[in-house]
Amino acid sequence: MSAMLAALPFMPLISFMILIVAKDRLAWRFASLISVGALLFCTIVSLLIAQRVLSIEGEPIRVMLWQWMQLDTGVSWLPISFSLVVDRLAAVMISVVSGIGFLIHLFAAFYMKEDENFVRFMAYLNLFIVAMLFLVLADNLVLLYLGWEGVGLCSFLLIGFWYQDKKNADAARKAFVITRIGDTSMMLGLLLLFTSIGELQFERIDSAVIQQWSVGNETAFWVALLLLGGAIGKSAQLPLHTWLPDAMAGPTPVSALIHAATMVTAGVYLIARTQSIFMLAPEVMNLVAWCGALTLLLAGITALAQTDLKRILAYSTMSQIGYMMLALGAGAWSAGVFHLMTHAFFKALLFLCAGSIIYALHHQQDVFKMGGLLKKLPIESGLFTIGLICLVALPGTSGFFSKEFILGHLWQSPTAGPLFWWLAIIGALLTALYSCRLFFLVFLGESRFEGELHRLTSRGALLALLFLAALSLVGGIWHSQFNMPLLQSQELQMLNQSILTANNATVVPTWLHTLAIATPFIGIAIAWVLFAKYRRSFEQPLISVNNAWVRFSRAGLGFDYLYLFLIHKPFVFLAHANRRDVLDQLLMLLSHFSLWTKDAILPTQNGSIRWYAAVFALGLSAYILGWLL
Amino acid sequence: MEIVPLSHVLIFACLLFVIGFVGVVVRKNTLFMLMCLEIMLNAVGVAFIGAGNVWQQADGQIMFILILTLAAAEVAVGLALLIRMQQRWQDLNIDKLSELKE
Amino acid sequence: MQALLSLSTLFYLAAFVAVYASLRVVLQNNTVHALLYLVVSLLAVAVCFYLLGAPFAAGLEVIVYAGAILVLFVFAIMMFGLREDETRIAPKAGQVRYWLMPSLLALVLFIEMIYVITLEESKLSATATTIASKEVGALLYGPYLLAVELASFLLLAGLVAGYHFAKSFAGGGR
Repeated sequence: MSAMLAALPFMPLISFMILIVAKDRLAWRFASLISVGALLFCTIVSLLIAQRVLSIEGEPIRVMLWQWMQLDTGVSWLPISFSLVVDRLAAVMISVVSGIGFLIHLFAAFYMKEDENFVRFMAYLNLFIVAMLFLVLADNLVLLYLGWEGVGLCSFLLIGFWYQDKKNADAARKAFVITRIGDTSMMLGLLLLFTSIGELQFERIDSAVIQQWSVGNETAFWVALLLLGGAIGKSAQLPLHTWLPDAMAGPTPVSALIHAATMVTAGVYLIARTQSIFMLAPEVMNLVAWCGALTLLLAGITALAQTDLKRILAYSTMSQIGYMMLALGAGAWSAGVFHLMTHAFFKALLFLCAGSIIYALHHQQDVFKMGGLLKKLPIESGLFTIGLICLVALPGTSGFFSKEFILGHLWQSPTAGPLFWWLAIIGALLTALYSCRLFFLVFLGESRFEGELHRLTSRGALLALLFLAALSLVGGIWHSQFNMPLLQSQELQMLNQSILTANNATVVPTWLHTLAIATPFIGIAIAWVLFAKYRRSFEQPLISVNNAWVRFSRAGLGFDYLYLFLIHKPFVFLAHANRRDVLDQLLMLLSHFSLWTKDAILPTQNGSIRWYAAVFALGLSAYILGWLL
Repeated sequence: MEIVPLSHVLIFACLLFVIGFVGVVVRKNTLFMLMCLEIMLNAVGVAFIGAGNVWQQADGQIMFILILTLAAAEVAVGLALLIRMQQRWQDLNIDKLSELKE
Repeated sequence: MQALLSLSTLFYLAAFVAVYASLRVVLQNNTVHALLYLVVSLLAVAVCFYLLGAPFAAGLEVIVYAGAILVLFVFAIMMFGLREDETRIAPKAGQVRYWLMPSLLALVLFIEMIYVITLEESKLSATATTIASKEVGALLYGPYLLAVELASFLLLAGLVAGYHFAKSFAGGGR
């Protein structure tokens, strides 16, 4: 078992290396076989491991690959090694990453078939999976950081895949820079943790932190805050969220894999992993909850004003991750991770179907130019609708189970509370609203699209989509798994119980559960009325409402402009003012001085013999003078 | 019988030397420079002879003979170079020789 | 007679002539005149030598220095055909600025040297005792034999170099 675990991240790595080296010499069939095959291997292994670990008496599986470095803690040497560990949390994550990754690879193999850089694309996708696996399998923070940076790199490479177009390169750069800010924060947190506790391996962090710090410890506060910064950047929460909508410039499988299913959930994973630190800093958990709630609402509002199909889905992702953050902030670790899993299912489905639809309409992404696709593209529409149903969380779907799970924990949590429950309900309402708007615009009404439809006819792609749809619908059956805590150490459980279940004094109203279930239906009803004209057939072409509010929302509630004025413009101004570079000039002072002395001395080297003779005499008299004195 | 204090002889030698030096530095004509060089060499000879006389040894004169030899060889070569210079530039200005390549 | 021309007076006189003649050499524009002043200076110095008890050196000064070396100068002037005035490249008398710095430097040097020379209260004086040529010769072929040989090398080198450099002027070779 541990041998299989050791091989797990290396299969896609080998695949990546083969593809990168062979590049254009590989035929489509061979390249896709290698890349998708590697992912199939990963999926099978992950499921086997997960089945072992998640069983009732399952123990975590560990394997150490090699010793990486040793850090001097002052008193001893802390070994950091390339070690992989699979406990319950990691088991869930690798299953999600491998499974969804495999299905998306399968889809992408057919979707990107005609692209001339196909091999490079599949290679980058594989590299991404490698990095993500290292991230979730790491047994210490340093290896996690390696995976973290790796996914950031692959995200950059994949968003800017069609880099010949400047817009795509800009979007890739924007994503990288903004997540970099988060990464720096995380690095600082890591360093602070190391200097204060001296441990970087997760299990030892947990025990050391629980022993040495009490609730409300100042260092815990700062470490948790800095780690939160990293999570916010990677998971595109407020305030580091502006890169996600622009990241839709990449190919659709990229959006599905990275920005729906895996990379953006890395932040959630990080917080779940380091929950011991977060539990000792209740103010930070409250902050996490606020972050999640605000992002939830902001993204929902923005999604209502978008015209681009993929951007609506991007904001939807942002909003759903807000849900996960909200869950984590309330201390419902398992609930958050469960929602992560179900969200991965239906969001990947949504993105891939969107990809098929966009491809079918000749790369048309404006929803106001689509319509009536329910009749024209029945299969894709049906699958997309399944995804939407899960997103809205109608009863019976996996989305329903995970959302209820989260909502159930919010009211009584000491770090969240009734306010957050209401915010979550409003968020669910908004989700229903924008989903219905999307549905009406794209699938109902009259077809506003002119021209032939260009179907994606491969069976492999369809198979992938069907699988995802099935998972989205029935994924809820695994919710019993998440009733057990994800991280198993004794002390952690005790801490968990002492802090989070302490606040049992608040009474839970009886209508809570009912209202939660009813909310999506209320939302659909409102949308039915509000967006009525979208679902009917119309003579004249449909355009979006364009008043000031809508434009403001469409621009992401002005965050891009805010950052432009707050950060970009002063920085450019300073860079322009410093274009001669003060520090460089200081360093150049030495060279200027030597040039100046050169100019001073140069006339003495004039070749004139008389001058030289005079200098002889001068030297002689100076020497005698010196001798006399 | 004593004639002159040694210091006077040496001062005389210095004076000649310095005059010759001024001539070397100021004059631009190479021929004149050579002539002033001769003055300087001569001055050195005076110093040697004077010193040799004071200590009553012939070494001073020996040194003077060697300096004479040196001056002869130097003038020979110098004048030959002067000939080449005149041939090349038709001008004996020493400042023409201020660069390695013309 | 003797009181009038005591040896020290003679010495000072000869010295003065030598200095004056040197000055005229330096400040002269006319080539031949300068050369003749140089000859005068050398002869005056020869007198000084004789008074300092070095007749052999005095003789050599006249014969070799004034008689051979300066004659070489004369030949050179004859070959170049330097006229009386080459004012185009000689400094004009009135250019004080041109003479200022070298004179100043020379003055500084001179003052320093005087200071060094008169630093010690030495009672040393030159005497009129002659040092015989025989003694000089004995020294030359005795301890200084090597120096004599080297001097002959030097002269040979000078000869060859002079011949080589001047060849093209006459022959048209390189």
